[in-house]
Amino acid sequence: MKILVAVKRAVDYNIKVRPKTDGSGVDIAHARMAMNPFDEIAVEEAVRLKEGGIATEVVAVSAGPATCQETLRTALALGADRGLLIETDVELQPLAVAKLLKAICEREQPQLVLCGKQAIDDDAHQTGQMLAALLDWPQATCASGITITADGNRTTVVREIDGGLETVDIALPAVITADLRLNQPRYATLPNIMKARKKPLDTLTPLALGVDVAPRLKTLKVVEPPPRPPGIRVADVAELVDRLKNQAKVIR
Amino acid sequence: MEFDVVIVGGGPAGLAAAIRLKQLAGEKGADINVCLIEKAAEIGGHILSGAVLDPSALNRLLPDWQAQGAPVNTPVVEDRFLLLDESRSITVPDWLLPDCFLNRGNHVVSLAELCRWLGRQAETLGVEIYPGFAGSEILYDEDGAVVGVATGDMGVLKDGSHGPNYQPGMALLARYTLFAEGSRGHLGRQLEDRFRLREHADPQTYALGIKELWEIPPEKHQAGRVIHSVGWPLDAQTYGGGFLYHLRDNQVAVGLVTGLGYRNPYLSTFEEFQRYKTHPALRKTLEGGRRIAYGARTLSAGGVQSLPRLVFPGGALIGDDAGFLNAARLKGAHGAIDSGRLAADACFEALTAGRSHDKLLAYPRAFCASPLFDELQRGRNFKPWMNKGLYLGSVMFALDQHVFRGKAPWTLRHRAADHTRLLKTADCRPIAYPKPDGQISFDRMSSVDLSHTRHEENQPCHLTLKDASVPLRVNLAHYDAPEQRYCPAGVYEILRDAAGENPRLQINAQNCVHCKACDIKDPTQNIVWTPPQGGDGPNYPNM
Repeated sequence: MKILVAVKRAVDYNIKVRPKTDGSGVDIAHARMAMNPFDEIAVEEAVRLKEGGIATEVVAVSAGPATCQETLRTALALGADRGLLIETDVELQPLAVAKLLKAICEREQPQLVLCGKQAIDDDAHQTGQMLAALLDWPQATCASGITITADGNRTTVVREIDGGLETVDIALPAVITADLRLNQPRYATLPNIMKARKKPLDTLTPLALGVDVAPRLKTLKVVEPPPRPPGIRVADVAELVDRLKNQAKVIR
Repeated sequence: MEFDVVIVGGGPAGLAAAIRLKQLAGEKGADINVCLIEKAAEIGGHILSGAVLDPSALNRLLPDWQAQGAPVNTPVVEDRFLLLDESRSITVPDWLLPDCFLNRGNHVVSLAELCRWLGRQAETLGVEIYPGFAGSEILYDEDGAVVGVATGDMGVLKDGSHGPNYQPGMALLARYTLFAEGSRGHLGRQLEDRFRLREHADPQTYALGIKELWEIPPEKHQAGRVIHSVGWPLDAQTYGGGFLYHLRDNQVAVGLVTGLGYRNPYLSTFEEFQRYKTHPALRKTLEGGRRIAYGARTLSAGGVQSLPRLVFPGGALIGDDAGFLNAARLKGAHGAIDSGRLAADACFEALTAGRSHDKLLAYPRAFCASPLFDELQRGRNFKPWMNKGLYLGSVMFALDQHVFRGKAPWTLRHRAADHTRLLKTADCRPIAYPKPDGQISFDRMSSVDLSHTRHEENQPCHLTLKDASVPLRVNLAHYDAPEQRYCPAGVYEILRDAAGENPRLQINAQNCVHCKACDIKDPTQNIVWTPPQGGDGPNYPNM
């Protein structure tokens, strides 16, 4: 069984970003970039499925500028077998990425596509769902547990939903998106980072895949949230209740 | 894993050494493998410097740096030296300044950006660079020679047990190991002790630089403008000074360097810097702008008198790990690059002669014959004079430079290590610092936030105490716990119960920006800085 894992290069989650002065977008010049943490969880899950003898090959795919090669090398160091980069300098939006991944799926014929439930930069939470729709495959989003049947035809996925867990059973091939508690990714070891540099990494273009990636959404403005007003100290319980009732209007 | 050369630290010194080794290997057709490890998550992530770069060392290392697109493209166009008191500033005319203070031909750079560029050059030449791995231990052979380093374990839990994603560290063996950790390297210190490298040297003296990046309105910005200042807010007895450099893209770097030989335990390096920015001479530039990054790092300021012996069996100290910064010129990156290159020359010669694990004596010899040595010699009396106070020091150093041209028949010594210079609170007056205004000056926590610092939470504390009773018994009792004030990241806090009793020291190791001030200034050297898990620490952008 072949697994395709989609990985996105995003700003490192430790970086506190800020809007550009002109409000045209988020300023990430000089900021450290890393693999989207949810995608890292997806890679880890794919590698565990391979180590468990269920998957035979793990292919990592990324789309974006040439620097995405680093992100793919990270996936390879974590245990993916080979990498595919769809190289473009165009700003990629979820629908474009889903179309690119669909084209890759048609070439690679994976039985399972794994990706993060969302990317921490745009928080769109769309690519996995769009891909499943385009392929007309079953999907399970926000997975916190994945079990695949011995014959490799079906999978049981535990999903994180509001206030609890939901378990669904779907047929393969399918698209599954990873949530935070699916697993704890391993650290890439030095020997594995070294080996990853020798693993195959092929580069394609949207043109070669016949996909139009032109952006359809236009960002009008990015602004910082208003600063939080400082807290106040109230004199007694009566004042607290009064303020909660009449000022904050959170109790009646 | 075995290499010909392992380099610990991906700053200007380590990267220059790596580049030079591969250049020579290419020229001579030798097959030499070079591995460089860096504790930051990426090259440049822990780099912090002013910085005004003297490109001479870069010229010697990579003569075609301009054509290769080095991020060294903001020539100094205006250079001012200010003497500040609380509200006024006097511009010191150029003719009064020693030549070493002049910056014609130099560039305003981001050292982190320069390091990232050097890293790419090194990788193109075939250097294997591994960010995210800290050198945690020196490896020796049975004869006591250095044979490499071990990287730290990953995934160790607070109690020392192994977590689910535990990965043991790796031994990186090498015929020669170059240590390029920067000022107060934790391995460099161990080497100095073990091989008695400081036997004939003065104690190293240090300073702490705290820096912010600001984005300012375009009408106030002039790329290449360089301002240095001495005087306020530091008192005349405390070594240090401030800087304001205009980079590109409407960014300015503003910072204050405070000598860690300061005497008043009430001094707060952080608050000195915050109030420095409120001086009218700086406020007028910063007003209307926004702060975008914060960080801090110590630097080695002792100069040539404080240089330890540079080599020992199996390796060498390079860059600020040894202390090649030229305090008199207020810059060190060129010395780091030069020292890395010279060590690499010696290392290459030894490797091609089939040698290993011996002393690279050609490196100190080459240093003594280099322009870097002359330069450090000329400026050698700067820091010791300045330790005698700003006014006397300035006059004497001017004499030293203008009359004797740096060849004065005397060499002043550094007598005391910084940690011994602190006076007890009984002999000092508390300093009243203004509250931050949230516009120009800020508190510690919002500042640390802008260093993008992160440490895996559930790991053992990397700031270790030799004796857990000393923080209260000595530091609090005699010095009012100075670690609360010299740490620029709010790592050390004295907490008390509701009644204000039962003080205890809390170490917020997750805030640590790896500046090493605590390792240097703790009055009894009770605090020992060790590397946390690889990849942890600040994530500086273009500092």
